[in-house]
Amino acid sequence: MSLGYPSTDVYRRRSSVDRAFDRDSTLRRLDWVLMGAVLALLFVGTLLVWSATRQRQLDLGLDPQAVLKKHLLNIIIGISLAVMTTLLDYRMLRAYAPLVYIASVVGLLAVLSPLGSTINGAHSWIILPAGFSVQPSEFAKVALVVGVAMLLSERRDGESSPLLSDLGLALGFAAIPLLLIMLQPDLGTAMVISFIILGMLAVAGVPTKWIAGMVGAAAVLGLIAIKVGVLSTYQVNRFAAFANPSLDPRGVGYNTGQARIAIGQGGLSGQGLFKGTQTNGKFVPEQQTDFIFTVAGEELGLIGAGMIIVLLGVILWRTIRIARRAEDLFGVLVATGIACWFTFQAFENIGMTLGITPVTGLPLPFVSYGGSAMFANMMAIGLLQNVHLKRYV
Amino acid sequence: MSDRSRLRLLVLQVLAVSLMLTLFGRLFFLQVVSGEQYQRAAADNRTREVVTPAVRGLILDSQGRPLAQNRTTIVVSVDRTAVRKQKDDGVAVIKRLSKTLGMRESKVKGSLTLCGTKGAAKAPVCWNGSPYQPIPIAKDVSTDVALSIMERRELYPGVTAELSTVRDYPAPGGAQSAHVLGYLGPVSDKEYSDGSSGLRRTDLIGRAGLEASYDTYLRGVPGFKSLAVNNAGSVTGTVATQDATPGNYVVTNLDARVQAVAEKALKTQIMAARAGKTYKCGGGCRADSGSVVVLNAKTGAVVAMASYPSYDPNVWVGGVSQKEYQSLTAPSSNTPLLSRAWAGEYIPASTFKVISTAAAVRAGESVNSLYDCAREYKVGNLTKKNFESEAFGPITLRRAIEISCNTVFYGLGYDAWVRDGGLSPKAGGADEWFVKTARDFGLGSLTNVDLPSERPGRVVDRADVLKRWKDNKATYCKRAKTGYPEIGDRTRARLLTAFAQENCVDGGQYKGGFAADFAIGQGETAVTPLQMATVYAAIANGGTLWEPQVAKAVISPSGVVIKKFEPKASGQIPVDQATLQYIQRSLRGVATNGTGKGLFKDFPVAVSAKTGSGQVTGKDDTSWFDSYAPSDNPQYVVVMMVSQGGTGAGTSGPGVKKIYQALFGVTGSTASASRSVLPGGRLPTALPTIGKDGSIKQPAVAKR
Repeated sequence: MSLGYPSTDVYRRRSSVDRAFDRDSTLRRLDWVLMGAVLALLFVGTLLVWSATRQRQLDLGLDPQAVLKKHLLNIIIGISLAVMTTLLDYRMLRAYAPLVYIASVVGLLAVLSPLGSTINGAHSWIILPAGFSVQPSEFAKVALVVGVAMLLSERRDGESSPLLSDLGLALGFAAIPLLLIMLQPDLGTAMVISFIILGMLAVAGVPTKWIAGMVGAAAVLGLIAIKVGVLSTYQVNRFAAFANPSLDPRGVGYNTGQARIAIGQGGLSGQGLFKGTQTNGKFVPEQQTDFIFTVAGEELGLIGAGMIIVLLGVILWRTIRIARRAEDLFGVLVATGIACWFTFQAFENIGMTLGITPVTGLPLPFVSYGGSAMFANMMAIGLLQNVHLKRYV
Repeated sequence: MSDRSRLRLLVLQVLAVSLMLTLFGRLFFLQVVSGEQYQRAAADNRTREVVTPAVRGLILDSQGRPLAQNRTTIVVSVDRTAVRKQKDDGVAVIKRLSKTLGMRESKVKGSLTLCGTKGAAKAPVCWNGSPYQPIPIAKDVSTDVALSIMERRELYPGVTAELSTVRDYPAPGGAQSAHVLGYLGPVSDKEYSDGSSGLRRTDLIGRAGLEASYDTYLRGVPGFKSLAVNNAGSVTGTVATQDATPGNYVVTNLDARVQAVAEKALKTQIMAARAGKTYKCGGGCRADSGSVVVLNAKTGAVVAMASYPSYDPNVWVGGVSQKEYQSLTAPSSNTPLLSRAWAGEYIPASTFKVISTAAAVRAGESVNSLYDCAREYKVGNLTKKNFESEAFGPITLRRAIEISCNTVFYGLGYDAWVRDGGLSPKAGGADEWFVKTARDFGLGSLTNVDLPSERPGRVVDRADVLKRWKDNKATYCKRAKTGYPEIGDRTRARLLTAFAQENCVDGGQYKGGFAADFAIGQGETAVTPLQMATVYAAIANGGTLWEPQVAKAVISPSGVVIKKFEPKASGQIPVDQATLQYIQRSLRGVATNGTGKGLFKDFPVAVSAKTGSGQVTGKDDTSWFDSYAPSDNPQYVVVMMVSQGGTGAGTSGPGVKKIYQALFGVTGSTASASRSVLPGGRLPTALPTIGKDGSIKQPAVAKR
């Protein structure tokens, strides 16, 4: 440090801020369109969570902003996780992947042990002190995306399609958490994971007939499960109730009915934020989590709810764009897995509020309240940015 | 990246886009295409209507005394939804509540079931209203019990003890007026689904008497509160409020004090007849029922009207039990619910002779001739005897009325029948003056009193007999051949067969005996006491038949007169003035020198009357006493009838006398208006006034 050169001082002071905005700085090279869409969804989601929980909290005699505050905390932690994942060394990522995988399998096992708790019929939670809870299946998605991408890309760079042994390995790798999740039972997450694996295998170049075979086998297994009675009539009815509410009139049938009323009466421009009568009347159960889209439908109307679909579309577009432009197969597969994840989960979640898909306990990415899902989603965004930045290395 | 990977990424992209478009399309469909349907569904979802019942209007007598009013009572209600939200479905709460109220648990549970749902209790125990409305399960709860419920809310979640209004019939001065007032009952399914009447499931409406006739005036308009509710059914705000409009008051022509005297007099006479204390009821008459009617002779206004047996109208308040209802309607208890005054039909007996007199004059007889009051009168092979087989020789018609000579009227009826052509009526049809005159006096048709369930009585003419025979001829002729083998009693079977044979051949003939019986008010003729009261009112007032009216006016709770019911004439009796005056003099003669002289000879007010003792096969006589007073300027008509009560003068007469004593303030041999039960000794012409504060003032006494 040479004291006689004030210009150096100035340079140095500028460096910390300005360098971040240099033409080739990490900050400038981020996918800002993706980032913008995510931040916009986080913002809208925050308002919707607030609206959905305000009256419920008041009726319970609690702080009407308590859930809002927790949600904001989740977002801050989520963004931090995204920043960390973005800045993680690409090679370190591969090293961490097995750890994350093992951690999530342990978590899933813990859920099945007496440590686990049941919330809304799904035994998916571990309750932590101070009012927090963890849903390991959300983190399992991240672990599987990275892990399967790693397995399928290890020796495959440059080759056109994976070997049958790689396929077997990848399936075996995915089967363990998948099975544990099925045991909870969390059908929604299991379907998301299946779709992620399927998509990644397809993009990895697995021959079409193998893919067709896997889809066929899954369908047959599903049918057998229903016929043999592995799934109880209640579970089957719950699953089918979106199409025929009378199969489960007090549960899913009621949920979907009320959800459709909320969305249907929103009209073009909605009833106004915080003014939804269905929302304030607490008619839609699980409204801040799985049914958050009904708040948008009722209070923001076609314009607001449509905007959420558009923003999700933008995220999907950018994710697939990152996949297409990725430097290596690992990056391609990570982005593909995340694209499949968000596509399926967004469609399933919004679809169930609109009555066109079965009701399963899946949150809407970036919008719903819920820490584990928020963290997993934001880690996925971090991964995408990481892959995106790799192009410039 | 391989081409295959690139292609498959493209497929994924297309899939993602199409899925998002699918969502958008569905969203558009729900929100824009079918949005209206969901807006309606949402409105149903979030509003619940809570009804605030309108206070029912009072029924007042002509002096402003309430005959039907409302009283407050502590009602314990249970909010079904709140109770069922308890962990144990409210079992513990209901058990505790039943114990506190001293009611059987099964009854409380039954009251909380919704009518028409599975496992619900039978009506009227089950709840017929909205499940969102608190269900009343006990009324007239003591303050102590109410306090113990309200002060320990945590033990009784969803249970409230509140003041509420119920109908009350205070019976001022003992004037129950049960039949005239009627009662309230729940709305029937049909009325409810009819919709046009604007009734709600929980409404009570008039089911009988004035409560039914003037229900629309009395009912008022219920208010409602449209409440915003959430999914748990808890109220989050008020959307709309409409205050209830209280019902209007009905002022009647009744006078509670006269009514009380009339009710008491009727009951006393019936009890006396039963105890064998009245003339000719030596071993005790059955005296199963009776009625008394007091009319304003000049307008047909009903001053008092009672029927025996009666009941306490308060039995209906808060719902009648099955047992109570049975005893009100059972023949074994003489059907107390049935009003004998306008729904009971009896033979008029000798009270009909005023009509026969008018008919005989129309048929060509003269009031100046003399008629033979013989011991007996032969019609064909039948011998009809005078009362106690007395003979009086040739007498005037006036005397025949005074002493109620049957044989004179047999002759008048039979002669008219002969003039009509006897068994084979003359060409162009029989005149049938007696039947015609009876109908012209209003018999056989409704008086149109402003009360429901009135009966028309019965007047049978030649055509009726013929028609009835034609309808039953086949049965008679079949029985004439086959006999009655199923009847064990052979004598009875033989009699019935003979009757069938006779009827098969000439059952359609209107025989001379019918005409003779008709003239003395016997045979098939049936009248209501109210009809006879209108007949005697017409004779008293110079010939006008008035429709009897109980209601006088409708006044709003703030005192505005909404409607006045003016007297309504239904016709003129077909009697010329000379004959009418002759009949009037005859009726005065009954009281001074005839069958009523024992009662009214020395009465300080001139009374005109006619007695009647109707003979019914196998039963004790029907006692009638029809009258009006004062004779020169008739004010009141008083008619009393006691079924199976014995003689008219013996059983009903003393009851009528008591009523006149009360009306004219008679003690001993003097009458004084100041002692009359009516202020000033006369019926009020003005209406009672209702102050802004709801106070009721009796009408001013008109100066003479």
